[in-house]
Amino acid sequence: MHIGIDVGGTNTDAVLMQGRTPLAGVKQSTSADVTSGIVSALAALAQEHSFEGDQIEAVMIGTTHFINALIEARRLAPTAAVRLGLPATRALPPLVDWPQTLLEAIDGHSYLAHGGYEFDGRPIAPLDPEELRGIAAQIAASGARSVGVSSVFSPVNHDLEVEAGRILAEELGDGVAISLSHEIGRIGLLERENATIINAALRELAAEIVDGLAAAVRAQGIEAPIFLSQNDGTLMDEAFVRAYPVATFASGPTNSMRGAALTSGLSTCAVVDIGGTTTDIGLLVGGFPRESAGEVTVAGVRTNFRMPDVLSIGIGGGSLVDPVTGEVGPASVGYRLTTEALVFGGSTLTATDVAVAAGRAQVGDPAAVAHLDPEFVTRVLGRIADRVAEAVDQMRTSADPIAIVAVGGGSILLPDELPMFGAVNRPGNYAVANAIGASIAQVGGEIDKVYAVTPGERGALIAAVRAEAVDKAIAAGAVPGSVEIIDFDEVPIPYLPGNASRIRVKAVGDLMEAQR
Amino acid sequence: MSWTLRADMVDDLARGAAVLGTGGGGDPYIGALLAKQALAAHGPVEVVTLDEIPADAQTLTVAMMGAPTVMVEKLPSLDEVTAPVTALGTFLGRPITHITCAEVGGVNSTIPVAAAAVLGLPLVDGDGMGRAFPELQMVLPTLYSVSASPLGFADEKGNAGVLNTTTSHWAERIARVACVEMGCSIMIAGFGMDGATAARALVPGSLRHSIEISAAITAARAAKTDPVAAAAAQLRGRVIATGKVVDVERGTTGGFARGQARIENSDGTTTLLFQNEHLIARREDAILTTTPDLIIVVDSESSEPITTEALRYGQRVSVLSAPSDPRWHQPEALSMVGPRYFGYDVDSCRFDGTPEPRELQ
Repeated sequence: MHIGIDVGGTNTDAVLMQGRTPLAGVKQSTSADVTSGIVSALAALAQEHSFEGDQIEAVMIGTTHFINALIEARRLAPTAAVRLGLPATRALPPLVDWPQTLLEAIDGHSYLAHGGYEFDGRPIAPLDPEELRGIAAQIAASGARSVGVSSVFSPVNHDLEVEAGRILAEELGDGVAISLSHEIGRIGLLERENATIINAALRELAAEIVDGLAAAVRAQGIEAPIFLSQNDGTLMDEAFVRAYPVATFASGPTNSMRGAALTSGLSTCAVVDIGGTTTDIGLLVGGFPRESAGEVTVAGVRTNFRMPDVLSIGIGGGSLVDPVTGEVGPASVGYRLTTEALVFGGSTLTATDVAVAAGRAQVGDPAAVAHLDPEFVTRVLGRIADRVAEAVDQMRTSADPIAIVAVGGGSILLPDELPMFGAVNRPGNYAVANAIGASIAQVGGEIDKVYAVTPGERGALIAAVRAEAVDKAIAAGAVPGSVEIIDFDEVPIPYLPGNASRIRVKAVGDLMEAQR
Repeated sequence: MSWTLRADMVDDLARGAAVLGTGGGGDPYIGALLAKQALAAHGPVEVVTLDEIPADAQTLTVAMMGAPTVMVEKLPSLDEVTAPVTALGTFLGRPITHITCAEVGGVNSTIPVAAAAVLGLPLVDGDGMGRAFPELQMVLPTLYSVSASPLGFADEKGNAGVLNTTTSHWAERIARVACVEMGCSIMIAGFGMDGATAARALVPGSLRHSIEISAAITAARAAKTDPVAAAAAQLRGRVIATGKVVDVERGTTGGFARGQARIENSDGTTTLLFQNEHLIARREDAILTTTPDLIIVVDSESSEPITTEALRYGQRVSVLSAPSDPRWHQPEALSMVGPRYFGYDVDSCRFDGTPEPRELQ
């Protein structure tokens, strides 16, 4: 058996799983500290379905601690950013374009040093160890306790970044964590560097959170390994989280989507999550969320790490409905739904009222909406269905049919058949879907680099890159025979000579510990 | 009337230029950030209209040459932005007095702003195209026998040079070789003109026009009126299709992205043929508009411009066509930037669907 836990801003959910079958699930309030919410969730889980600590093979946890720390600009370590690139890049130094509050929260200092590479791997300038030692002295004097290191074209060659990291670590000692950009982001220096600096600022908190999570699990007599969910739905072990906390950022929506898919028995589908104010739509392909193609702004910082592509539209259970035009949202009564909606004795016409009038849901007092004109009700719900269908259509990448899974309290707004897409799947057991999503145990390895493709050797190069991704997945804990390539992408880069191509490969396999 | 360009106007300039850039020029983020940083550090830039530029002024265009993908990784230093200007001034033996944009669209609408700020020189309110095109010689000054040569070029390492070539085409060929050696993202300065020539040869008012297009979109959104119609009105153009992108195909040949996108609505399918920029718009077999007139794709709700590389299945878009500078419609201009130059065997067609005179063969 294994356990999936999702620590959200409001609730902490836990599920006990046998393979991919949920045995029990509980929902508890999230605690202000890291541990007590998890301790009580595990205790409640043991009440539902008793288990001994030594029967548990693995614990998988999804958490929003790290992204919330960044958004709230709290508990971030004083951080320095060092970039190798001189004489290039001087016009836009590290931390350029960061919001002032976040800059202050990390007490950010930035430094430029010689180094970096051209697009074809030639060095821009040699590394100057003395220059780096000088920077290390300034960092030490500034009181920074974490350092993000970036280098121009480190996705093409990361040697100088590694060497600079080594020199800085030697000078600064064990108390200062070093994060290297080629391990965190992809092409696009500012965005990769920003993600690296965010990661650096979260390193101290990561140690604290991981210790807290481990203590909570161990307190229940569970000695099994602990894993955390990443943005892409794969897992990382404790040591990895300590080094790369930023990789947990979007695990919330990812786990929600994956949990919805698992409980509905689908692996390729569009997940439509309708809450009180918005409808969030994401796509799962082979059980993994489709990722956004471009830059993602998090807490006002532009980054390019991979996040699930989620489209939000302003339709939810609490959306205001114009009594004349029938238009829905984007304004919503939100959490005040249970006092302001007509069916709850309020005076505001909401989307939930219209759904109740149509007989789609039995909540509140149906008599309070009996006066609504049936033609109006049909028109409003038809419009909601059309807009949701249109949004799903915008999200899919081709005209091929795709199954729809609807979840969330507001999913009562949707009909059983959605225009363009047909039947709507409504999975049971959705209340703890995030925890189920966290418990789906797979690990992955990804390569994303620019290569010069020599004519005639393309096949061999691609085979080598694929093998590298598979090895990475196995190193992360995948059962060797289970590893598959789930994503392959080769994009030629315009205006560059020598057939430069960006190749991206992602391999995923089953986690050894979660076979039972 | 000359006016002042401040850092807080750069985002509008970049967005309007992305509209006029007809899908080319890539993500304007880095270029806009560069201009904002330069204006913040060196103060605002004076922008001089073509009717006020002194006849004896010495102006030249500043632009980036190379791969936009490289520039987002190997960011500029600003030294290489000013070095080709300085090198060219030395070669010409007289001081450069004004900076000009070669095109509007992408980084090349904002890099000259950064150059002008750092050099402390005024910027000309005009550009060489009134839109974006992929090759160096595709500017109106070519029609006035102004050459790209002498062409200054520089990298961030301090390497700089001046090419003195027989034609703009040679300047482009030689500079491209140097560009690759120098790391595929260099700055160039060329098309040296005195003020009298610049006043005749450039597209007037394009920087102000860019800002006005963006402001019209913002104002329409605030007033809850149609921002696409507002943009079309500013461009004195028309909306030729609004619908859903149902298919995008792209490939790269000869260094340029070539592709097509199909946009569907109840009236039928509109097909856009693009290279780096949109070049032809067609409904079924009827040509709606071709280069050199402007074909622009925007989000149909927000009117935010969409570059050719960002086009994808499912987007709801509006396609706008708008007139380019009248001088682009002379036969000798059409042979330089008409559809046949780009490899499409069709006659060129105006933004309103009327045919053009035959281009010179």
